[in-house]
Amino acid sequence: MKRVDARGLSCPEPVIQTKNAMASRAAQYEVLVDNVVAKENVSRFAIHQGYQVEVEEQGDDFLLRIKK
Amino acid sequence: MKKEKTTIVVAGVLIGVIAAMLVFFGNPANMGFCIACFLRDTTGALGLHSAAAVQYIRPEIIGLVLGACIVSLITKEFRPRGGSAPVTRFVLGAFVMIGCLMFLGCPFRMILRLAGGDGNAIFGLVGFVAGILTGTFFLKKGYTLKRSYKMPKLEGGIFPVVQIVMLLLLVAAPAFIYFTEPDGGPGAKHAAILISLAAGVIVGILAQRTRLCMVGGIRDAVLFGEFKLLFGFVAILVSALIVNVILGYFHPGFAGQPIAHTDGLWNALGMYLAGFGCILLGGCPMRQLILSGEGNTDSVVTVLGLMAGAAFAHNFGLASSADGPTANGKIAVVIGIIVVAVIGVVNSRRKEA
Repeated sequence: MKRVDARGLSCPEPVIQTKNAMASRAAQYEVLVDNVVAKENVSRFAIHQGYQVEVEEQGDDFLLRIKK
Repeated sequence: MKKEKTTIVVAGVLIGVIAAMLVFFGNPANMGFCIACFLRDTTGALGLHSAAAVQYIRPEIIGLVLGACIVSLITKEFRPRGGSAPVTRFVLGAFVMIGCLMFLGCPFRMILRLAGGDGNAIFGLVGFVAGILTGTFFLKKGYTLKRSYKMPKLEGGIFPVVQIVMLLLLVAAPAFIYFTEPDGGPGAKHAAILISLAAGVIVGILAQRTRLCMVGGIRDAVLFGEFKLLFGFVAILVSALIVNVILGYFHPGFAGQPIAHTDGLWNALGMYLAGFGCILLGGCPMRQLILSGEGNTDSVVTVLGLMAGAAFAHNFGLASSADGPTANGKIAVVIGIIVVAVIGVVNSRRKEA
């Protein structure tokens, strides 16, 4: 499992980091973001790439669990 | 996902119609909205530059910020944050403005100029796309202005409150606020305050909900094959074009276009600088205003940079006019491209993913 901490980064950076992480071909990813736009954009990107996304709110942050 | 695209197309169509109608209600031609021009006018009204033709507190700006602020409070997206390279953002903002005032319009007005038949905007668009592609190259190389951090509520609230103060200054019109004399230039052309304010609020809400951004469309298409934002861009162009044709505002051609000049090279280079700078800032001037309303103080600093750039542009004779670009303006745009490129290089490094 690969983890990306994209808190505090503004778009498109969280999506770019997620995309770069996916190059490692891990089975599962966790992406941590702290704003709604990043949550939406990373989710949209992952779904377009054929992944499933689960969102968990963690206080002010969102943890996205991404898997095939 | 399909719903998102429909939403942004509908929003884009509405925004295009509102922009064209603002001209009907009194705004300058092809300038229903122009974030660069409007910030410049407001900067002038505050006496930070003394170009008498372009001084007016534009209610559209106030409305954009307040509309985004109100809706983000309702959706709980109002989250004060900041601290991501503010000085760099200020400098980028200032040079983006200098690029816009070389071309005579921000990316939003570039669309509206295209929709009005202004062929010079095609050169602007070419430069703009090239600037976006240059900026996107740095994003791929790992460009970042580092993280932002949580800020106190007050920090995020100051800028929206300042907008209310600006509205009061506009209505009260005290002697220390400068307004362009009637028939004295673009600053004198404006819709009624309430119409401009309402237009700003509506567009602010639509832009906040859809994340509409004039540079984001091409950027996301190139980076991720994601076309959502580009749909909004095109929708504004098409709807403003149709309304312009209906109202008789569509005049195709190059010479004699309203508040525009015919120097193709410098139209292109001005928008190259604007597009490049906006990518490194993460969004176009309109998007910066929307984010400012959401409590993003990095965007507030960017807007302050844009306003400082407007003051420099008029105080140092950098802004173009209908007669064309100025020598000083050309030098400033070249310096701007170099500065933005240096910022891009220095902040790019390939990170281990």
